[in-house]
Amino acid sequence: MKRREFMRLAGGGVFVFFTVGEPWDWLEAQQRPGGRDYPTDFNAYLRIAEDGKITGFAGKAELGQGTQTALAQIAAEELDVALDRVDMVMGDTALCPWDMGTFGSRSIKYFGPALRQAAAEARAVLIELASEHLKLPVLQLTTKDGFVHEKANPQNRVSYGALAKGKMIERHLEPKPPVKPVAEYAIVGKPADRKDAVLKATGKAQYAGDIRLPGMLYARILRPPAHGAKLKTIDLSGAEKTEGARVIQDGEIIAVLHSSFDLAEGALSKIKAEWDLPEATVDDETIYDHLVKVAPAGDVVEEKGNLEEGRKLAASVFEQSYFAPYVAHAPVEPHTAAVKIEGDSATVWASTQRPFGLQEEVAQALGLPMEKVRVITPFVGGGFGGKNRNRQTVEAARLAKLAGAPVQVAWSRSEEFFYDTFQPAAVVKIVSGLDAANKLVLWDYVIFFGGERTSQPFYDIPHYRILSRGSWGRGGAGAHPFEVGAWRAPGSNTNTFARESHLDVMAAKAGLDPLEFRLVNLKDERMKKVLAAAAERFGWKPAKAPSGRGFGVACVNYLNTYVATMAEVGIEKSGAVRVKRVVCAQDMGRVINPDGARAQMEGCITMGLGYCLSEEIHFRGGAIQERNFDSYEIPRFSWLPKIETVLVDNPGLEPQGGGEPPIVNMGAVVANAVFDATGARLCRLPITAARLKSALPPR
Amino acid sequence: MKETIRFEINGRPVSLDVDSDRMLLWVLRTEMELTGTKYGCGEGICGACTVLVDGEAVRSCQYPMKDVRAKKVTTIEGLAADGKLHPLQEAFVRHNVMQCGFCTSGMIITAYSLLRKNPQPAREGIIQAMDDNLCRCGGYMRIIQAIETAAQEMKKGARR
Repeated sequence: MKRREFMRLAGGGVFVFFTVGEPWDWLEAQQRPGGRDYPTDFNAYLRIAEDGKITGFAGKAELGQGTQTALAQIAAEELDVALDRVDMVMGDTALCPWDMGTFGSRSIKYFGPALRQAAAEARAVLIELASEHLKLPVLQLTTKDGFVHEKANPQNRVSYGALAKGKMIERHLEPKPPVKPVAEYAIVGKPADRKDAVLKATGKAQYAGDIRLPGMLYARILRPPAHGAKLKTIDLSGAEKTEGARVIQDGEIIAVLHSSFDLAEGALSKIKAEWDLPEATVDDETIYDHLVKVAPAGDVVEEKGNLEEGRKLAASVFEQSYFAPYVAHAPVEPHTAAVKIEGDSATVWASTQRPFGLQEEVAQALGLPMEKVRVITPFVGGGFGGKNRNRQTVEAARLAKLAGAPVQVAWSRSEEFFYDTFQPAAVVKIVSGLDAANKLVLWDYVIFFGGERTSQPFYDIPHYRILSRGSWGRGGAGAHPFEVGAWRAPGSNTNTFARESHLDVMAAKAGLDPLEFRLVNLKDERMKKVLAAAAERFGWKPAKAPSGRGFGVACVNYLNTYVATMAEVGIEKSGAVRVKRVVCAQDMGRVINPDGARAQMEGCITMGLGYCLSEEIHFRGGAIQERNFDSYEIPRFSWLPKIETVLVDNPGLEPQGGGEPPIVNMGAVVANAVFDATGARLCRLPITAARLKSALPPR
Repeated sequence: MKETIRFEINGRPVSLDVDSDRMLLWVLRTEMELTGTKYGCGEGICGACTVLVDGEAVRSCQYPMKDVRAKKVTTIEGLAADGKLHPLQEAFVRHNVMQCGFCTSGMIITAYSLLRKNPQPAREGIIQAMDDNLCRCGGYMRIIQAIETAAQEMKKGARR
């Protein structure tokens, strides 16, 4: 889009376009694709409107993680305005700077600095405008509460709104003005109320499924009973006879459209279809052997020293495999999209974590140039990585074109489970060694299809090698019986379950307290600090496991956010694990919204209980058993442990990510606590009552 | 078959010509454009679609229109009165409960029904009453705190 067009769309006022220069991490981290011309010369911008309101534009989506609020805090801080004067427009491809997607805990870490610079520049522009207005040199002016005023005479002032009045201007400043020193912060670093709270508490927050367009039809699509199934026979007559229903068949899509969602569903159920099912060659028990068998040779993620040397130094060697199943994202909002096509352009409302990627997909599906497709991201009802993929939107676009009417596709819960891009099942094999002083000397680590994130050891090990065989995102043909993808902290849950469980396996054999054993093998001071912070809050008393107390510890460096977690569990007669208490200490660098950060920590801990204790997809070939929350159990109120969060102060470090890190430790901290309680080492997730019971030593 | 069904929605009378076997959720969301009530699972398991019928929390995805006849239906849109948030809504805002917000309407409505029957529930009572409402973001701790706060505010004489 041309800038003028953008400014017209966004409304009048003062615009500040900001370009983040080359040396910044940001550009590299964003992996800007070649051939994409929008935007080429700026990646953050702000608007100051005639009423003094500030609007920031971000290509990110608000999935619940609270970045809308934290980003507004960053802009408000630099601009010296109250937080309620700043709004964020997010995930609108016509208005927002290009963005790769909302994942990897990157929004504040990588977009935050760009927005901060843009806001600093906007403030400087406002001072420049005020200098003309007040006929005073720039150096005699400063800002406060949405006004530029004379330093010597605060009454001589002009509001931002007045400076923006009647303007449609764009300014650039060279050299770039400095950002505000952190020591002067008044908004960033203080707990802030979520900007979307009232909308969400009153039911007014709009999600993709809440979009209502004149003439819009709801589409329900015929689905196969299993992945890989082929349609054998079809009888559409029942659906075709349904009053008000339209049946559309196009290639592999067979859909029923109706002006009411449930009536479309009713008509769909009248379609009679027979399917040919492929023979199932793998299921949820055999999948692990299968993955090891079909894994490619893989790539070395990181290595140091020489494994043979390590073996020679080892006084004791430990060999163990760890297993993680397919896990569903299961956001409460299923994938949904509405698409309206007018002439040669399309508007899309989608529950997506990747609006700009989706823009390309829809353009391709409709045969339109990309700039003719606008993707608007309303509030998204949870993503967790699952809404990186947007099959439902392409379906809605195709059907809207065929129907000649706006179409909404909202997946049922059953479809949501069926088409989920699950966290991949994975195997980790570890061979490790300790010398006579219980120091780690060997770490031979192979991960099959789990992904490499956080597989790199932060323990002090002279000889190690990390080998990744088949990555999470690209399993390759024949690996998985259905699609897999990023699941909150992709790769890290599996890697940390394996690594931190294995640390405890060694600690137990060495007869050392698990925390002490970690400290013996750590040189990383930040890790020691978060462990100490967790231990202090938890009241950790050293003991060799199993102590019978049911205490566990685990730690991780997740993309430079450090987390240490401690947990206490109890075991019920049935073998069910009851997590009683979780303490989580996190060093995420400078914190923008401490309350928001804590909410993410609590959420990660609570959600993480699911993959520890119950969440697992059962399947035979492409047929997935769990199709709703009755069989796929996610954490509920009665599971809630006492949660305590500690933010470990590190103001000298730029803000790091916070949406994922604390979920990463949950598998291992619970498995380690279960071992401490019972002496049973569970190497396969989830730790169900049945699995624990069969692992318990006979009484 | 279409029938005329009269009931009360958020304090005002309404008359609709609808198939009486249809579920209340879809009539609310499509015919009445009251989209604050959400579809989460379609089988009454998750609680996102919870509304009040004559003051009782029900799963609107499982509640046929024929049972709505002559009843009073309250959705999340009908909870605030005279431009003021209900104490539960206030408490959800104040505790920064909401993450994605998709389960929120069902949570608030279920909590409303709980406090109507038991204005001062113990924590165990809250957990029991709320246990069939699912939140994937893991916001349970703050939801409990918010319900406790709302109960205290209502005891002090805040509205309802």
